[in-house]
Amino acid sequence: MTALNDALGDIAVAATPADWRAAITLAGDGLVRGGCTTHEYTEQMIAAIEELGPYIVIAPGFALAHSRPSEAVLATGLSWVQLASPVEFGSANDPVDLVVGLAAKDHDGHIAVMSQLAGILASPEHMESLKAADSEARVREIITSIENGTT
Amino acid sequence: MRIVAVCGMGIGTSVLLKMNIEKALDELGVDGVVDAADITAAKGVAQGADLVVTSEELLSQLESLPVDVVAVKNFMDLAEITDTLDEYV
Repeated sequence: MTALNDALGDIAVAATPADWRAAITLAGDGLVRGGCTTHEYTEQMIAAIEELGPYIVIAPGFALAHSRPSEAVLATGLSWVQLASPVEFGSANDPVDLVVGLAAKDHDGHIAVMSQLAGILASPEHMESLKAADSEARVREIITSIENGTT
Repeated sequence: MRIVAVCGMGIGTSVLLKMNIEKALDELGVDGVVDAADITAAKGVAQGADLVVTSEELLSQLESLPVDVVAVKNFMDLAEITDTLDEYV
């Protein structure tokens, strides 16, 4: 197990949300199932995009769904939603086929996990194999092998 | 130099951006301090900074700052970030 695997509560693959709001809702549902947030946090994540634009789509095909630390955050953690049918956010990095939900209790507790996530996101090869993963077990296996340096 | 990475909330995208700006500065051989800030804190945090880096969506809200503000399209593309910073270091 790695810090990233530990922080990753709920993993969904081959999701088919109708639009970006549905995709964010799936990531929010994953955070709720993982015990990280209440449903209110999902609403906050959607409101952030409505207010500030789709700036969370930070790389081609990848959205980091999140809002700020609040009472809706119960524990720091991540959820993972890989989409079988990509959705448009209105971003230059559209279409999006991977949404990671992030909940943070504070500004510092998740830095080690973010560093691991950054390492994976920066590698097109790793992203390709993760997006092709067809089960939660396979996603975790790939993350573990990346962290162990065996991929 | 002092750089501020700005996103909407200050916990997610700006943290990833800060990490990659630090890598890019290493690559350019430039000593620098990088802070992450949310868009409301950015106006204060940017005081005395040399450069603000953000996303294209947030650029227009930060252009009134009295420092150079630049947008990055792919926060995970070290080459794009390095090229962008190279014009300012």
